[in-house]
Amino acid sequence: MYDFKLPDLGEGIHEGEILEWHVTVGQSVAEDDPLVEIETDKAAVTIPSPRAGVVVATNGDVGEVVKVGQVLVSIEDNGASASSGAVAVAASASSASETAPGVTASTRSTPTAPAASAPRSSASAASASSTAATSSGKSVPAKGAGSVAQPASAPRVSAAPVALTAPVASVPLADRNRPVPAAPATRRLARELGVDLYAVVGSGPGGRVTAEDVERYAQGSAAPASATSTGGDAAARGAESADEAVSAEAFPEGGSAIPFLEVEPLPDFSRWGPVETEPVRSIRRKIAKRMVTSMVLVPHVCHMEEADVTELDELRRAEKGRLSSKPGGKLSLLPFVMRAVVRCLKDFPMFNASLDPFRGELVYKKYYHVGVAADTPRGLIVPVVRDADHRTVLELSAEVERLASAARDGSLGVEELQGGSFTITNVGAIGGTGMVPTINYPEVAILGLARAQQKPVVRNGRIDVRLLLPMTLAFDHRIADGANAARFMNQLVYLLADPRRLLLES
Amino acid sequence: MVMGTLTQEVEVVVVGAGPGGYPAAIRAADLGKEVMLIDERAELGGVCLIEGCIPSKALIHATELVEHAREASKFGISFGEITIDIKRLSAFRRSVIDSLTGGISMLCTKRNIEVVKGRARFVGSNQLAVEGGDVASVKFKHCIIATGSRPIVLPTAKDLDLWSSTEALELREVPKRLLVVGGGYIGLELGFVYATLGSEVSVVEMLPSLLTGVDSDLVRFVHKNAKRRFKELMLSTKVTGVRAVDGAYEVALEDKNGKRSATFDRVLVAIGRRPNSENLGLETTNVKVDGRGFIQVDETQRTADPRIFAIGDVVGGYMLAHKATREGKVAAGVIAGHAEAFDNRAIPAVVFTAPEVAWAGLTEAQAAEEKLDVTIGRFPLTALGRAKAMGQTDGMVKMIADRESQLILGVGIVGPHASELVAEAALAIEMGATLVDLEATIHPHPTISESLMEAAEVALGLPVHTLPPR
Ligand SMILES: Cc1cc2nc3c(=O)[nH]c(=O)nc-3n(C[C@H](O)[C@H](O)[C@H](O)COP(=O)(O)OP(=O)(O)OC[C@H]3O[C@@H](n4cnc5c(N)ncnc54)[C@H](O)[C@@H]3O)c2cc1C
Repeated sequence: MYDFKLPDLGEGIHEGEILEWHVTVGQSVAEDDPLVEIETDKAAVTIPSPRAGVVVATNGDVGEVVKVGQVLVSIEDNGASASSGAVAVAASASSASETAPGVTASTRSTPTAPAASAPRSSASAASASSTAATSSGKSVPAKGAGSVAQPASAPRVSAAPVALTAPVASVPLADRNRPVPAAPATRRLARELGVDLYAVVGSGPGGRVTAEDVERYAQGSAAPASATSTGGDAAARGAESADEAVSAEAFPEGGSAIPFLEVEPLPDFSRWGPVETEPVRSIRRKIAKRMVTSMVLVPHVCHMEEADVTELDELRRAEKGRLSSKPGGKLSLLPFVMRAVVRCLKDFPMFNASLDPFRGELVYKKYYHVGVAADTPRGLIVPVVRDADHRTVLELSAEVERLASAARDGSLGVEELQGGSFTITNVGAIGGTGMVPTINYPEVAILGLARAQQKPVVRNGRIDVRLLLPMTLAFDHRIADGANAARFMNQLVYLLADPRRLLLES
Repeated sequence: MVMGTLTQEVEVVVVGAGPGGYPAAIRAADLGKEVMLIDERAELGGVCLIEGCIPSKALIHATELVEHAREASKFGISFGEITIDIKRLSAFRRSVIDSLTGGISMLCTKRNIEVVKGRARFVGSNQLAVEGGDVASVKFKHCIIATGSRPIVLPTAKDLDLWSSTEALELREVPKRLLVVGGGYIGLELGFVYATLGSEVSVVEMLPSLLTGVDSDLVRFVHKNAKRRFKELMLSTKVTGVRAVDGAYEVALEDKNGKRSATFDRVLVAIGRRPNSENLGLETTNVKVDGRGFIQVDETQRTADPRIFAIGDVVGGYMLAHKATREGKVAAGVIAGHAEAFDNRAIPAVVFTAPEVAWAGLTEAQAAEEKLDVTIGRFPLTALGRAKAMGQTDGMVKMIADRESQLILGVGIVGPHASELVAEAALAIEMGATLVDLEATIHPHPTISESLMEAAEVALGLPVHTLPPR
C-alpha cells in the first residue's frame, strides 16, 4: 500500500483547504486521475494520483486544512506483488521503476519518489521529531522528471520544495568516518548549497542521498550561516582570491536568494600602501558568523531611551563601600538593570522568546537566563547568568564578576555560554552616548547600555543635573512591534528611576 | 620587478605539464582564467606520457600480442616463428608519444594557454623564477604545483648505471639476464615485457608477496603467471649491494636462509617514486610538506599557502595519472570559484600485468581492518561463457558491499580487460549503487563485464552461473 502525502506546492505554501474529493474509498484510479481539489492561499489546484490502484482511505473532509506532507490518500497497488528481499526494496524505492515503458517524462504528471522505503540506518537513528519532519518532505515531487504537471487548467505548481525539514542542529549526523552514499553530482550540489551531507537523511536505497534530498534540506535550512559556510571557510583560510567570494548563488534557487546580494572580491589593498593580513579564526570567526546570521535573518529595529538613574546611583554609591568586601561588592549599575530587565521580560514575554522559522512557531522561554556581553582579549564573549530572576542584585553582581573574569582568562565552560534568553551589552565603562547593538540570534532582543552621564534635565520647569543612562533595545521586528518595545522600555525606565520601585515591583 | 628582470603577471600558473598539470591548465582556461603552463621538458605530458603509462602500455600491448599468438596454438592456429624488431617497436612507442604530446600542445595553444619551457622555482608566495625559459619571472594570483615524482634510486648503488623504468621503456637493448628490483606494479609490468622480449627475468621483492596492498586472492593469479614466465621470483629477499663486474652486475641478496650473490646483465630498479618537492623554493612560501616530501593539501587541493595548490604525485596518495587529473580539475575549479572538492570514494587502480589486476574502493583487507560488516561476492571467470570462449579463464571478480545497506564499497578484478571493467565499478561506488543496482543492470552477453553482475548476484545469494550458498 502506498500512502500519498500532500506534495509540496511550491511558493512557500505549506497547507491548503480541501475543496472537493474526486475519489471515494474503494474506487479504482489510474495514474494521473484527479484525486482531490485543494485550495491554497494562492490558487486552487487539482492533485493527481501518483499511481494506479484502489483507493483504500481518504484523509480529511471538505473544508479541512491539510498540511504538506500529511497523508491524503492511501492507494493499494493492484497487481503489485512484492517479491522477496532486497530486490523488492530497491524496486519500490527507485523512481525509475515507476516510469512505465512508453511514458515519456514530459507527459508524466506523477509526483514521484514516494516515501516507500525509509532509509534504513540513518532514519532509524533519527529522533522522533526530525523523522517526522523530514519524512514529510519525502513526498515532494522529484525535480525535473517529477515536477507536478497539473491537469489542463490548473496553475502550474513549481516543484521547488519548501521547508519542512528540521533545522540543522536537531538532525542526527551519520557516522563521519564513512562516506555518505551520494552521486558525485549530488555531492557537488551539496557543496554549492553549503549542505552538510551527513546531516541529510537519504531517501534512496541503502540511505543514498539524492539531489532532491539535498535541495529539500537546503530549503529547510537556508539560513545564510549554513548556506555560505563553504565560502566562509575559504575566506577564513585567508584566501585573498576574489574567486572564493560568497555570492548570492550560494543560496538555493528560488525563495531564499537575496536579489542583488553579491559579495564582491576585495581589491588588492597593497596597491595603495603596505598591508598586513591575519587569518580570521576561532572566536572572531564565530562572532562574524553569528553577526551575519543575525543581520541577514532578523529585521532589526532599535528603540532608544534614557533612564534617570540619579537615585539608583546614589544608593549604589552609598552601599558600595559597605559591601566592598563581599562577593559582588564592586557593584555597578548593571546588576540593577538586570533585575529590572527580568521584570520587563516577565511583563513582555515576546522579548524572552525565539522564533523557530522551520516549525513556524514562537518558543516562549519560561526561564530568564541573561547573557552579559564581555570584552575579552580574544573578542566578544557572552557568558550567561542563569536564572537571573532568582538572584538578588548583589548575587547578580557577583555572578557577572565571576563570569567576566572567567571569560577573560578563558576558563568558561561551554554550558556557561549557552542557553541565554536575552542579552545585555554594556559599553558604558568604555564610553559612548548611545549604540545600536546586534541581536544575539536566536534571541529576540538585546539591550545596549552606553555611558551614564550627568546632564541638564528640565523637570517641573527647572533645570536639574541628573544622571542619565542611555539605553537601546534592538529587537526582532518579526516578533515584536515598536509599540511593544516602547512599553518594555517605559517599564524599564520606570523601574530604574526609583530604587524603591525595584524593591517593590521586581 | 626583481632586479630588472622581465616579470610577467598571470592569474594562474601551473608548474608541471603531466596528467595533473595540463588538464588543470586546460580546465582553468576553460573556466575563464588566464593561464601559464611551465614544464622543464620540451614536450608536454609529463612522466605519464613520456616515460610512464603510455609507453609502458604500448610495449605491454605489443608483447601480450606475442603471448596470445603463442597461445593461439590451442585454437589450432600457429604463426610460425615470431620475430621481434625492438628498433621498430621503439619507433612505434616514440610515434605514440609524439602524437599525444603534440595533441596536448595543440589543445593548450588553441586555448591561449601560455606554454613556457623552463624550470620553475618559488621566490615567494606569489612569484616564481623560471630558469632556462623565455620568461624569467612570473607573478601569479594562484599557482598549481604539479611537479610529479621521480624514481627512487637504490641507496647502495647510487653511482652505478642501473636502469629505472625510464631507461627500461626506452628499449635500448634486451638484456640476457635482467634483475627487476621491486615486485610492485611498475617492476612486474616491465618484467613481463622483457620476459616476452627474450630476457631471463628475475624479480626480487623485500616483502613476502608481489603487489603489496592488493588483496592476495587477486594477486594469486599474477603470482602464478609470474612464476611461469620469470626465471626466478625471490620474495622476502633484500638486495644488500650491487657491484659492476666485467660489464655485468653482481648483486648481493639476502633472505632468511642467508646471503648469496647472483650476476645479471642489467638491473632495473623499481622500488617506488619520490615527490619532486625539493629545489622548488617551497621554503619561500608557506607550503608545508610531510616527512616524505609530499606536499600537504586539503580536500580542495589547497596547500597551507592559500594562493598555492598542489596536485598529482607530488601530494602522494595513489600515485596514478587519473588521480592527478581529477585533482587538477578540482584545483582549477576551486580557483575559478566553484564549490569543488576531491571527494572521490573510489580511485581505480590498475596493474597491467598478465592477467590484469584492477580494483576500486575498499579492499577486502581494508574492510577486515576497519571491522566493517560486509558481504562479499566472488565470481570466478571459469564460470563465464566469454572467458571460456577466449580461453582465458584465469581470474575472478570480487564485490564487497555493506551487509545492511548493500551499498557497494569495493570491487576487485583480475583477468582479461580488468582495466576496462573497473571503470564500471568506480562509477557504481561513486554513485552509491547497491548490489541490486548492479544485478538488475543488463550487462551485454557474452562479455567479461557480466562477471560484475554475476559477482553482485553471488553477494545477494542469487547466483545464476554458480551454485547458491546453502
Ligand atoms: C613506468 C610507469 C608506468 C606507469 N603506468 C601508469 C599507469 O598505467 N596508469 C597510471 O595511472 N599511472 C601510471 N604511472 C604513474 C603516472 O605516470 C603518474 O602518476 C603521473 O605521471 C603523475 O602525474 P603528475 O602530473 O603528478 O606528474 P608527472 O607526470 O610526474 O609530471 C610532472 C612534470 O613536471 C615537470 N616538472 C617537475 N619539476 C618542475 C619544475 N620545477 N619546473 C618545471 N617543470 C617541472 C616534469 O618535467 C614533469 O613533466 C606510471 C608511472 C611509471 C613510471
